[in-house]
Parts: sequence; C-alpha cells; structure tokens
Amino acid sequence: MGGEAHHGKRRGNFIQRTIDALTETLERSLYAEQFSEQRGLLQQLDPRVKFVSMLGLIITAAAARHVWVVAAVALCALFFAFISRIPIIKSFGPIWLGMFIFSGLIAFPAIFITPGPTLATVPWLQWNVSAYGLQSAVFLLLRSEVSITLSFLLIMTTPWMHVLKSMRVIGIPTLVVVILGMTYRYIFLMLQSASDMFEARQSRMIGKLPDKEARRLAAATVGVLLSKSFQLGNDVFLAMQSRGYRGEVYTLDEFALRRSDYVAIPFMLLIVCTGLWFGLQ
Amino acid sequence: MDTIFHLHNVVYAYANTADSPALNGISMQIQRGQRVAIMGANGSGKSTLLRILDGLYFAQSGTVEAFGHTLDEAHLMDEEYALPFRKRVAFVFQNPDVQLFNPTVFDEVAFGPLQLRWDTATIRQKVNDALDILEISHLKERAPHRLSGGEKKRVAIASVLVIDPEVILLDEPTAALDPKSQSRVVDFLVGWANTGKTVVVATHDLDTVPDIADDAYVFKQGHIIAHDTPRAILANHEMLLSANLVHAHYHLHDGQTHSHAHIHVGHQHDH
Repeated sequence: MGGEAHHGKRRGNFIQRTIDALTETLERSLYAEQFSEQRGLLQQLDPRVKFVSMLGLIITAAAARHVWVVAAVALCALFFAFISRIPIIKSFGPIWLGMFIFSGLIAFPAIFITPGPTLATVPWLQWNVSAYGLQSAVFLLLRSEVSITLSFLLIMTTPWMHVLKSMRVIGIPTLVVVILGMTYRYIFLMLQSASDMFEARQSRMIGKLPDKEARRLAAATVGVLLSKSFQLGNDVFLAMQSRGYRGEVYTLDEFALRRSDYVAIPFMLLIVCTGLWFGLQ
Repeated sequence: MDTIFHLHNVVYAYANTADSPALNGISMQIQRGQRVAIMGANGSGKSTLLRILDGLYFAQSGTVEAFGHTLDEAHLMDEEYALPFRKRVAFVFQNPDVQLFNPTVFDEVAFGPLQLRWDTATIRQKVNDALDILEISHLKERAPHRLSGGEKKRVAIASVLVIDPEVILLDEPTAALDPKSQSRVVDFLVGWANTGKTVVVATHDLDTVPDIADDAYVFKQGHIIAHDTPRAILANHEMLLSANLVHAHYHLHDGQTHSHAHIHVGHQHDH
C-alpha cells in the first residue's frame, strides 16, 4: 500500500510529517475496510452477532481471575483472525506494540510497589520484584492486548458504519449512532482538507520551517478547519432539512440473520459462558 | 399555466451584510414544467434564491408563494405543510459533500424517503430504482468518501430523485465535474425535465444552459438584470460581460488591439 511508503518517510519538516500522518490515517482506514470486504468467517456474520460476541469475549477477559483463561481468549481471537484471512503480524503487530508500551508504562511501577512475596531483586537498583505486582502487571498487559485485538478484529472484519449501527443492539440511541456515523463521515473530509492545506503550504515553502512558525501554522490550520467545520455543519443541517429532517432521525435496519449466524450464536455463547465459568472460579 | 413559485419583491441579506443584500427586490414566477436557468457570477445571489425556493432561508421582506401557499417559517413548522412540500420540492446542493452525510450510498438515497415515513419495502424498491436510473447500483455499499466527484454528484441527484419530486432545484450541477460526468448530468436533467417536471438550475456554465433551460434569468449583485430565452440571453454579449459571465478578449487585427466578449456555447466559439 501507499501508506507503507509513508512509514519510511517520517522525517523532514513539520509540514511533511503532518502530511504523512494525515495520509497514513486515511490509508489505514482504507486498509481496514479492505479486509471487511474479504470472504472470511467473521466477514460472513451479521455485524450485531460479531459486536455482541466480541463484547462478550472482552468482558470474559476482563472478568477472568486466571491468566490461562485470558490467554485462551487471546488464542480464540487469533484463531478468528486466522480464519478471517487477516494477516496477524502485519495487522496487529503495530497495535500490540503500541498497547504494550502504553499499558506497560502504567503496569511497570506495580511490579515493584505492590506488597507481596519477593520473586527477585533488580541488581544495582535493589528494587524488589513483587509476585503479586508481577501478576497484576501481566494481567493488565494481557487483558489490554486481548481487548484491543478483539476490538480491531471487529473493526477489520466489519465496515465501520455497520459496527456503529450494530451498537443499537445494546441500546445505544439511534441519534447517537447517527451522530457518530456523521462524525466518521466528515472526519475524512476534514482530513482531506487539512492535507490539502498543508500541501498547498508545502508547495510554496523553501527550506525548513522554524519551530515557532510551525506552531503558528498548526494553530492557524486548526482555526481554519474549525471555521470550515462550522460552515459545513450548517450546510449539512440545511441539506438534511431539505430532505424532510424535522429533528427526529429515521433509519433503515438492513441487517438480517442468516444460517451462518444461527450457527455462530450458540458457538460464541458457549465460548463466552465457558470462559466466564472458568474465569470466575 | 400553473404557477409553482411566485416571488414578489424578495429581499434577503446575510448577517453583517445588510447594506448589500444577497437578494434585493427579486420578483419572478416559475410555472409548472418550466426549465429555468438562474445565471450569474459568483456572489450574484443564485444559491440564496434556491435556498429561498426550498424553504431553507426566508425572505426578510417581500413574499414567496409555493404551490399557491405562502412559503414561510411558520408554515414549514407545521408538519401537515412541511412534509408534502419536502416531497414536492428537492434541492441538489453545489457541494455534494454537504449532501452526502450518510454512511453508505444506499443509506444516503434512503434518507429522504425515511424522513417522509414511507414503508420499508417501498423505500428499498424506490432506492434501488433510483440507483439503477443513475447507474450507480454498484456503489450502494460504498462510503461517500470513497467516491469520485462525478459519482458523488450522481448519488446526490439520486438522493433527491428517489422521492420523485415535482420540482428539482440544482445549484451548479456541473461544477467541478469532468466532461464525461458533466454530459451524464446534463443528459439526465434533459431526460428528467422532458417528463414534465419543473427544473430550476443555478449556473454560470453557459455551455449547458441551452440544453437544460427554456427560460433564463441573469442575476447581478442580488438583482435580476435580464430575463429572456437562453438563446436571447446568450446573444447579448454586452449584458453577459456586465454580469461577469464572460470575459473581455483582447487581440490584434491589422495592428490594432480589439476587445470582445468571449463566449463558448456548445461547440460554437463566438466573438
């Protein structure tokens, strides 16, 4: 993908980096959408079934008192990714690394400050590694990684708008779902606008932008985008009014359960219930 | 003839521009089945007029009647009046991104019928029909941000065509489109108008006016400066020049510099 070329180009001045980041964001979303159109197992399921199943598995991992149950849920997630034809390392690697660093920063102090039996002592620093602290850190890291894997699995095998619509299953109001959908829709437009603005600036620039000027440019861009988003919001509201919108949103629920869903529902239910049963022992 | 819109001395000014209203004393009538071009340079008041006709903006003075009834905010607050009006009049915005606010093309086209509370089976049928007519059925699961400019415009047209309105208002329908997409939109408008529908098109694309209109108004700074047939309007180069719809063209003849209005209409290139 074009986006891969950008990974290696993350250098240069503020403008170049910003353009690269915006382009990468756009491309990453398209990358995820590609997989949702493939013929894999999860792609064949109704979005509502997937949404509730993934939510159930996340709750199972979060509630489990045993590491092996969380690890079993992780294995399930990897199995689902494999049979859904998602390249595991390429797709999840960067996410796992990011989550490891983020959760690790939070979990790391707990290894030393949690009271409990000492497993080892760090040479030079003389910090004691607590058994309970280590267990808590492993739990936190594993649960975080499993949750993010399941969430991305849902996103990568389901068009984002179907994910949003399926949120209605758990009682999220239609208006909230519609607002989230419109936000997603217009983020792309704003990203494109921001990218165009930075490119226009880049085309008229020679040399490196001083830091102060770069900050001023970023602030100006935010201001222009805010102003544009107000204008756009106003125009979109007029366009909605023009087509009969009167303050209440009506939407089509186009999902329909198929035979594969009727097979998947008891299977997923079995996994979640078994996980909860063993996890809560 | 049956009058659809009747405007009398309409004035509309945007906030902070009261001294130069976008529309300043506009009076006009649009009859059923007419194809009307509203021509003018940028900022002449074309888009504001369409928004007035669609009941999105309201005249600050003067009167606007639609289908024999006053078109004002009070009437549009009443659902008994508003829903039939929205069913009869449709508006295609200049910027399709404004109009395509739904997650997929199918949802977009279904939005209008859903607000008009049609039943689900009818909506599905009508949406599929509209997608077929505009030849965009293959895009129905596509997100709007993944469409080309021409595709977005066709989706925007399908999203209003689906309710089978009596009047369609189009703001610069061919702006920023490649020639093929332009010709598809023009062909559609011509075909649609031939079914007896009323079409009001705001444009500064003189090339398409003879094809899509049989009546034309020229706007300048919120005033109507000409009203005639498209042929007569396009023949009046001085007036078009003063309305900034054509530009002066300088060239040499026998060592002397001449200036003419420069105009392209269809395949002709007039001086």
